[in-house]
Order: sequence, then structure tokens, then C-alpha cells
Amino acid sequence: MELHDVWFVLIAVLWIGYFFLEGFDFGIGVLTKLLARDRAEKRVLINTIGPVWDGNEVWLLSAGGATFAAFPDWYATLFSGFYLPLLLILVCLIVRGVAFEYRAKRPEESWQRNWESAIFWTSLIPAFLWGVAFGNIVRGVKIDRDMEYVGNLWDLLNPYAILGGLVTLALFTFHGAVFAALKTLGDIRERARKLALRLGVVTAVLALVFLGWTQADKGDSTSLVALIVAVVALVAAIGANQAGREGWAFALSGITIVAAVAMLFLTLFPNVMPSSLNGDWSLTVTNASSSPYTLKIMTWCAGIATPVVVLYQGWTYWVFRKRIGTQHIAEAAH
Amino acid sequence: MDLALAPETLARWQFGITTVYHFLFVPLTISLAALTAGLETAWVRTGKEKYLRATKFWGKLFLINIAMGVVTGIVQEFQFGMNWSDYSRFVGDVFGAPLAFEALIAFFFESTFIGLWIFGWDKLPKKIHLACIWMVSIGTLLSAYFILAANSWMQHPVGYRINEQRGRAELTDFWLVLTQNTTLNQVFHSFSAAFLTGGAFMVGIAAFHLMRKKHIPVMRTSLRLGLVTLAVGGLFTAVSGDTLGKVMYEQQPMKMAAAEALWEGESPAPFSVFAYGDVDKGHNKVALEIPGLLSFLSHSDFESYVPGINDTNEALQEKFGPGDYKPIVPVAYWGFRWMIGFGMASLSLGLLGLWLTRKRFLLPAAVRTGEDEVPHLVLLKKPLGRRLTRLYWLLALWTMAFPLIANAWGWIFTEMGRQPWVVYGVLQTRDAVSPGVSQGEIITSMIVFTTLYAALAVIEVKLLAKYVKAGPPELTEADLNPPTKIGGDSRDADKPMAFSY
Repeated sequence: MELHDVWFVLIAVLWIGYFFLEGFDFGIGVLTKLLARDRAEKRVLINTIGPVWDGNEVWLLSAGGATFAAFPDWYATLFSGFYLPLLLILVCLIVRGVAFEYRAKRPEESWQRNWESAIFWTSLIPAFLWGVAFGNIVRGVKIDRDMEYVGNLWDLLNPYAILGGLVTLALFTFHGAVFAALKTLGDIRERARKLALRLGVVTAVLALVFLGWTQADKGDSTSLVALIVAVVALVAAIGANQAGREGWAFALSGITIVAAVAMLFLTLFPNVMPSSLNGDWSLTVTNASSSPYTLKIMTWCAGIATPVVVLYQGWTYWVFRKRIGTQHIAEAAH
Repeated sequence: MDLALAPETLARWQFGITTVYHFLFVPLTISLAALTAGLETAWVRTGKEKYLRATKFWGKLFLINIAMGVVTGIVQEFQFGMNWSDYSRFVGDVFGAPLAFEALIAFFFESTFIGLWIFGWDKLPKKIHLACIWMVSIGTLLSAYFILAANSWMQHPVGYRINEQRGRAELTDFWLVLTQNTTLNQVFHSFSAAFLTGGAFMVGIAAFHLMRKKHIPVMRTSLRLGLVTLAVGGLFTAVSGDTLGKVMYEQQPMKMAAAEALWEGESPAPFSVFAYGDVDKGHNKVALEIPGLLSFLSHSDFESYVPGINDTNEALQEKFGPGDYKPIVPVAYWGFRWMIGFGMASLSLGLLGLWLTRKRFLLPAAVRTGEDEVPHLVLLKKPLGRRLTRLYWLLALWTMAFPLIANAWGWIFTEMGRQPWVVYGVLQTRDAVSPGVSQGEIITSMIVFTTLYAALAVIEVKLLAKYVKAGPPELTEADLNPPTKIGGDSRDADKPMAFSY
């Protein structure tokens, strides 16, 4: 395995980490409208991710930065090609971060309600768009011989990619509901479990179609293994949720995300962005990667930093391990 | 295509707008993180309540500010790929590495420990809670270091080779990129300017409260801390600015010639105080100059030759082929002056304030004040009158943002002064834009970002003003009895969280 292959794996790991972690906090954002009955419950949900959402989001920045360093051409083609969807994602992430931090900083109800709708929309839209983006990456887009994207916005909105978007949206919302059941107390915990069942079924149907389509189009035996793991984990997650085993349900919905994203990367390899115009014009781990020297330095950095990050981020979850109920939310907190 | 609406022009405007805006928050974040950490350290070590109240007050302003710094930073990470894809392809092998290091090492640090700090008041023992804010502070500094190393490479590329076959620059010595003198000087200059900024911010707000005789013990402490930070930060900014200038005379003579609007080389060269140029004709119409000073600033003696814009342009044409290698001279010239002017105005105010509020052993007994009194401003032996005192407080308040202006012009100067290069001597800006991104797309994103940023600026400033006016919070029972166990003491399972969104 050469260094650029290692980096393909590492980029996949960073995206998987991002979707695993930000997946449930996007889900929580969506659930503020779907699950919470009143504003106190909304706040319970928001506070389950309060201390961690920012750290979760850095997995995206790391994936972006690492792609820039390890595969400059992938970074350049992807972000200049998917210009407008990415712009929309950036706007959402900007507003979302501010919404969490500023929502409780004024007592006026209109102020707080506005930020609450912002949290809902800015969680929902990126949760959908990341699926669209990855659907397109896997499917292949119009890339010319100079590695430039030559399609337009409408080319990105094809049925396969849109289905991919619905899968990530449903899966993240399910993952969020399972997380809510694990992290809350009282009535909302019960309702989170009930909603998780329904979301789980919807996710299972959508994911089966999308992953099956991917397997039929691009798959091989290893991607089939990942597909099976994803589907089995999802079904098991729904079962664990029904059995009231919330920790297991969350771990299993996490494994679903890991396996599903891993499957997409497996079908991609050794391409990083296939061209739908001509197979020879695809960006691959060899023609899009950095020099061996840069990759070596980056390997040292990632090899040391990533495990440490996992340790201290894991510690954070342990510090905030207590469940939250409406009784824990101070009335006049702003 | 009309040059004013060419993708290159628009992409440059967008980069300028988003980056200057981002950098309004960065220096305040860097300095307030460290200052808040210092105040919390004082609380942990002395147990004096005024330090805890100060920590909470400045910590809140810090959080309002860092939220904006973080979210506008996301754009920075991705806009190279969006608007500057040819740049990304050409330099990614070199430039990407420090960016990835920044994310993997610094961003994770900052954002994980800030969450622990915000929500950890009733979950972490005192000392661990304190350690978290120091981790945030280290994260902000590391982050700035890596991005400045990346920028320094654009100013003065080292440790790379050109791979003709792949048509790109490739890294050969990462350590050199991290430690070359451009990097070290830029880091020194930016860090000290960050503390100048935070110091002025603290002084301005403390002055506002002291003028109204409110929250005196906390604001007295804050004033002192702010003044020392402002003065030390300001002095280091001046010193590092001078050394960075000398480095730039060696590495980018054109930038420095433009900074002085020095059209023809001179020996000894004068420092220009005011000039109005006739740019097309390559000379100044009006100029007011201090003889010999420029020679000193560039080479530490009053005699030596300093090359001018026209001779440097000819030298560059010889080296790189025909073309115009001049930046926009008035922008460089005035940017340089505004950077120095606004920064040094704040420094002077800080030095003056430090003297006026000097420690008791330097003061006659009659004008000394206690911990809960507004300090007298004493020029010689007697306190200043009511009007002059008020004038000083007002000046401190109204010049609070001067360093922000200086910072912005500093970046505009150093980036526009490097033009037409994006990587000096290696890649020109016009060759760096995304060829596949349409004019419509760039215009869309520019409108979106500008509108969003403007709206957020209004929200942020109003929120800051609200919390500034509210003053330091009263302490609660929970504040004074931090938990002894990680995860919080289990005295009362239904107790509300000390902090919640």
C-alpha cells in the first residue's frame, strides 16, 4: 500500500468521523421541530449537543484541509465544481454556529424562536446536501481532460444523488433520535425512541435502495460486505432501540454510518472523482495526490494527532455523560 | 470582459472582504483567550471574587467574539478550492500541509476545549476547568502560527521545488517553511498586534465603566491588565514591525518601495510622511519627507541606498520577463500609514494610561486610591481635573477599535503590496483563479457572503454592547462552590445546569 492509498483511507476516516459525529448533531437540529413539543424540550435537545457540536464540526475542516494537502486536485475540482451547493452548506454552517451560541443570549422570545428555526433549517439542509455531494462523487460528474468540472448545477441534481441526499438526511435524523433517547430524561426520551423506530424504517428503505443501486452500478465483493454490515447494523439498531438498549442502538446507528460511508469510498477507489465524460479523465489517487514527501509529513501528523483527538474528544463525552431533562434547564438562562 | 467584473477581480474582492472580516475576530480571540485564562488563573490562585467576576465578564465577550471567528473561518478553509482552484492545484502540495496541521492540531484543540470550558463550570473541578481555557488559548496561538507559516510561504516561498512535469510546486523542506525568518517575523508581529488589540478592547470597556463609577473593583483590575497588555503588545508590535519591514526590504523590495511611494532609488532615502502621487507618470506631485529615515528603517543606517519603484520594476522585468510588477501604489502607501498610525495611536494611549494610573509607590500619598475606588489619573502630582479625566476615559472608549483598523490595513498592505504575485516570484494572481467558476457564481457568492456578514456584524456588535453594558455578573452559590469530581458532584440530580444554551 503506497502513501497515497493510505491517504485515501485517512480522508475516508475523516469523513466517516465527520458524518458519525456531526450526523447526530444535524439530527438533533432536525428533531427540534420533529420531536420537541415545547420550547423547554427544544432546549433539552440543543443542550445534549451543546458542548460537542463545535468539536464535531472540526472533522469537516480536517477532511477539507487534509484533502487540500494530500490531494490538491481533488480539493480544487470538488470545491470549484460543486460551487453553489457548497456555498449553501457554508452559509448554513455559519448561521448554525452563530445560532447555537447566540440563541440564549437575549431573553426575547422572537429572538430565540428565530434562532431555533435557523438551527432546524441549517441542520436539515447540509444533512441533505452532503448526501447529494457524495452521490455525485461516486456516480461521476462531467470532468474534462484538465480536471475541470464542466457540468452545471442541474447535472448535480440527478435522481441518484438526490436519493443519496435523502439517505443522509434520514440516517442522520435517525442517528440523532437514537442519540436523543440516550441523552435525555423523561417524556422526551420515550418519544425519541418511538420516533426513532419510524425514522429507522424510512432510513432502512431509502438506504437499501441507494446502497443497492450503488452496488449494482459500481460495487464489488468488498463493497458488498460493507453494504451488508450497514444494513445489518441498521436493522440491529432499530431492534436495540425497540428493546430499550439505547447505548447499543447508538453504537449500531454509528456503525451504519461508518459502513455506508466506507462502502461509498470502497466503490470510489482508486478514483477520487470519476469523470462521467471519459474514464481516462478521472481524478485518481495517483494523478490527484501530493508528492511522497508531503504525504509522509502529513502521515506523521495525522498518525499522531488523530488518536489524541479521539482520546480528548472521547473524554468530553464522558465529562458530559449525564442525561438532561427539562428540570436541568434553568428558566432565566441567557 | 470588463476588468472590473472579471472573475479575477471579483475573486480578489471576495477574498479581501471575507478575510478582512474574519480577521476582525481573530486577534481579539487570540488575546481574549489568553487574558481570560490569566484572570481565571488569578481566581484559582487567590480565591478573590473579583477575578472570577472578571473571568465571567471577559469570558462572555470572548465567546461572543470567537463564535464569529470560528464560523467565518470555515469559509477561509474552503474558498481556496472554490475561487482559486488553479492556485490550489499549483501550491496544494506545499500550502495544504500547514492548513491540514492547523485543522488537525489547533482547531480540534480550540473547539473541543471551548465546549468543555463553556459547559464545564459545574462539571469540572476548578483546576481542570482552568486548564481547558489555557488549552483554548494554546489552540488559538497554534492555529495562527500555522496559517501565518502558510501565508509567509506566499510572501517568500522556500523549501520547495517546481515539478515541471506536474506543473506545480512541491514541498522539499517543511521545517524550513515553519521556521523561515518571514514566518517567525510575521508570527511575532501578528501575535503582538493581537495583544495590542485585546489590550485596547479591555481598556476601552474598563474606561466606560470607570467613567460611570460602576463595577469598580473588577474594572480597576481590568484596566490595569488591559493597559499593561496594550503597552507591551504595542511595543512588541512596533519592534517586530521594524524587523519584518527589514526582512521585506530584502525579500520584496517592490512592496516596500510602494509603501513609501519611493519612485526612484535614493541614497540616503527619506521617509515619506505625506505624498500624493501621479501614478501614471511614475512620480509624486506633492511630498513631505524626513531625510535619511527610510535608509535607517530598511538597513539600520542613515546613508544606504534604497531602490525605488521604477528601478525595481525594471529589475523584475529583467528577471521575470515583460510586464508590470507594480502593486497599486496608493493602496500600499496609505495602507502602510494607516496600519502604523492607528496601531501607534493606541500604543500611545496605553503608555499614557499606564503612567496616569501608575502604582501607588510612584504616587504622592494624597492621590492614592483603594481597591474599590476609581483610580485618579495623575499626570505629575495632582489628579487631572474632572474634564480631562473624562476626556481620557472617552478617548480610551472611542479608540477601542483602532487596532482593528490597523490590523485590517496591515493585511491589505501586505497582500496587495505583493501583487501581481499570489506566490511571490512564482505564481501570478491572474493565473490562480478557478477557470471553471462563472462570473455569475462568484457574484452570487459575493452578494451572499457580504449580506450575511453585514447582518451578523450588526447582531454581534449589538450583543457585545448589551453584555458590555450589563457589566460583570453577580456570582451564584454554584460559582463559588465548583465541583470536586469530573462530571459534577452528585449532590442533587435535578439541579439545573450552571450554563445551558
